[in-house]
Amino acid sequence: MTSRKTVLVLGGSSDIGRAAARAFAKAGYDVGLAGRDAAALEPDAADLHARYNIEVSTLKFDVLDTASFDSFVGGLPALPDVVISIVGLLGVQDQAESDLAHATTIMRSNYEGPSLILGLFAEKFLARGNGTIVGVSSVAGDRGRSSNYIYGSAKAGFSAFLSGLRGRASRGGVHVVTVKPGFVRTKMTEGMKLIGPLTVEAPVVGDAILQAVEKKTDVVYVSGKWRLVMFIIKALPEAVFKKLKF
Amino acid sequence: MTLVSGWGRFPVVDSELLRPRSFEAVGEAVGTAGAVARGNGRAYGDAAIGASRTVAMTGFDRVRSFDPATGRLRLEAGVLLSDLIDTFGPRGFLPFVVPGTRFVSVGGAIAADVHGKNHHCEGGFGRYVDSILLRTGQGDTIEVSREQNSDAFFATIGGMGLTGVILEATMRLRRVETGWIRERVISASDLDAAMRALDAGDSATYSVAWIDCAARGNDLGRALIYLGEHARTDELVDGADRFPAGKNPGLAVPVDLPSITLNRYSIRAFNELYYRMGARRAGGSHVVSLYPYFFPLDSVGAWNRIYGRRGFLQHQCVLPEAGARDVLADILDRVSKRGDASFLAVLKKLGQGDGILSFPLPGYTLALDFPVKGDILNFLDEIDRLVVAAGGRLYLAKDARQSRATFEAGYPALQRFNAIRKSLDPAGHIRSKLSQRLFDEV
Repeated sequence: MTSRKTVLVLGGSSDIGRAAARAFAKAGYDVGLAGRDAAALEPDAADLHARYNIEVSTLKFDVLDTASFDSFVGGLPALPDVVISIVGLLGVQDQAESDLAHATTIMRSNYEGPSLILGLFAEKFLARGNGTIVGVSSVAGDRGRSSNYIYGSAKAGFSAFLSGLRGRASRGGVHVVTVKPGFVRTKMTEGMKLIGPLTVEAPVVGDAILQAVEKKTDVVYVSGKWRLVMFIIKALPEAVFKKLKF
Repeated sequence: MTLVSGWGRFPVVDSELLRPRSFEAVGEAVGTAGAVARGNGRAYGDAAIGASRTVAMTGFDRVRSFDPATGRLRLEAGVLLSDLIDTFGPRGFLPFVVPGTRFVSVGGAIAADVHGKNHHCEGGFGRYVDSILLRTGQGDTIEVSREQNSDAFFATIGGMGLTGVILEATMRLRRVETGWIRERVISASDLDAAMRALDAGDSATYSVAWIDCAARGNDLGRALIYLGEHARTDELVDGADRFPAGKNPGLAVPVDLPSITLNRYSIRAFNELYYRMGARRAGGSHVVSLYPYFFPLDSVGAWNRIYGRRGFLQHQCVLPEAGARDVLADILDRVSKRGDASFLAVLKKLGQGDGILSFPLPGYTLALDFPVKGDILNFLDEIDRLVVAAGGRLYLAKDARQSRATFEAGYPALQRFNAIRKSLDPAGHIRSKLSQRLFDEV
């Protein structure tokens, strides 16, 4: 064990997860990478160790397997200083409109699983009296749009959970950060038409997460432009909004 | 299909752009005819554009291992030199060789066997590469090194990606005390003085000359010579960070500038100003951050846009040492009379190249930028004739337009290269627009 601070990244194989892990490793944190396939995280673990000479561990974590959460948290060799949830599933809106199993997976991957696991960490952090919890939600949760409301509604639920948790946890010395990245060029968005000026690369999100943790920011729109865009979208009267096809 | 071009944005051609996520997917992408790997797209012309398919490698950006005792590093080919500098610089290690931009991938740096300001004494990028994991055109994944598959190794160093896809490499980093360079600027009033200053700088680790290519007559070839050494900790000013942070490009050229922006008057004015400001600093030595020293243009994002939508050509030749002076004078005279060469005229000395097709040979290299317009292609053909007659050659990483005759005259080891390439890729799956233009049987 070292005296360095530790961060646990849930969803460590995603592009944003890798970027966040690099940002924290560069800042001197020891890193835990958790994902469905722990072996697949080994190359990234080796990368972080080679670059920054820190300790890295890999862990198996499945966000849909909520029954395993208690033993996952209980089995950690040490409680981290920071836990970040990047897990999520964009899914296919068209399919999810009629395929209930797919819709359920989207909802559970983006709301149920991330909320339950972060809630569990919150209890442990509150008992310890410190810690930082980061949930990567989405601007899609700010208002349900006709083209991706199943994903969006799950992210809305996650954002609401984080918001409430933040209030409660803040009284016990635990900080909660909500991150809304906007468009990010990643595996998840490959092939999607992204609007250039509103799109960032994954490392920008990783750096923004580190900064939010260090500065104790509450809600982060990675690009300030998104705060404005979503302010306008949220302000549209429903009569107008429902006619929009995006 | 996607429109793809190099850094010079000429030519712009159709090629299917793939972003594989695994080495298996890379293999599938190059398993059929007409594909080549692409790093960060900083080759100027058509080197990193597949004949029909272009395989983007920047997603492979992991470091596999690093041994701080030896500086030895194993990494995936898509890691950028900027990333290596940012990551390992603060730990006291830098690449031995860096080209004029840090935004190139390791795979690209190997494929072009890029040179830096230290080639005259320390060689090119390939000299510090110990082994390469190569996916060949016939579907093998092989480790190549000086000891193992050495023909394939020396064909891959400077082989423009044509021996296969570079997947991983083992390379050595240089131990440095600081991220600063002790720089000495020498002003030279004409070409002879510039060449003398470069010759005198042979013992300097880094040396390069910026040439005022608008100067004529008695001033022809006037230059500023920049010599550099890695600064020691005790040479830094008090309070300086041992390793300065590299800023991302703060200012980016947002749009294509109209082609009128660069004209003989603006170029002349820029060169005049640049020379005078540099000459004022000449004489003493001072300590500068490695970033402005090695990568002066990286501070301006997308600077290739100043040449307008039609793009630009960089002409970089190397001339054998004997007789180089008169040919350089002839080229500079022709360029200054045209008046449209730009502010990037660079002269430096090179040593022996390492790869079979590596660009460097002992002599002087001159790099000039020209906007794509008017009769520039004919003009460059004329320059090529001077280069070939002098026993010189052109740099493939910059090239978009040289003829087969020029290429074949400049690279006498071509046949040997072709034989090795054929043995690795008998069906000819690996093909770039550059290889179609200069290498492949038609």
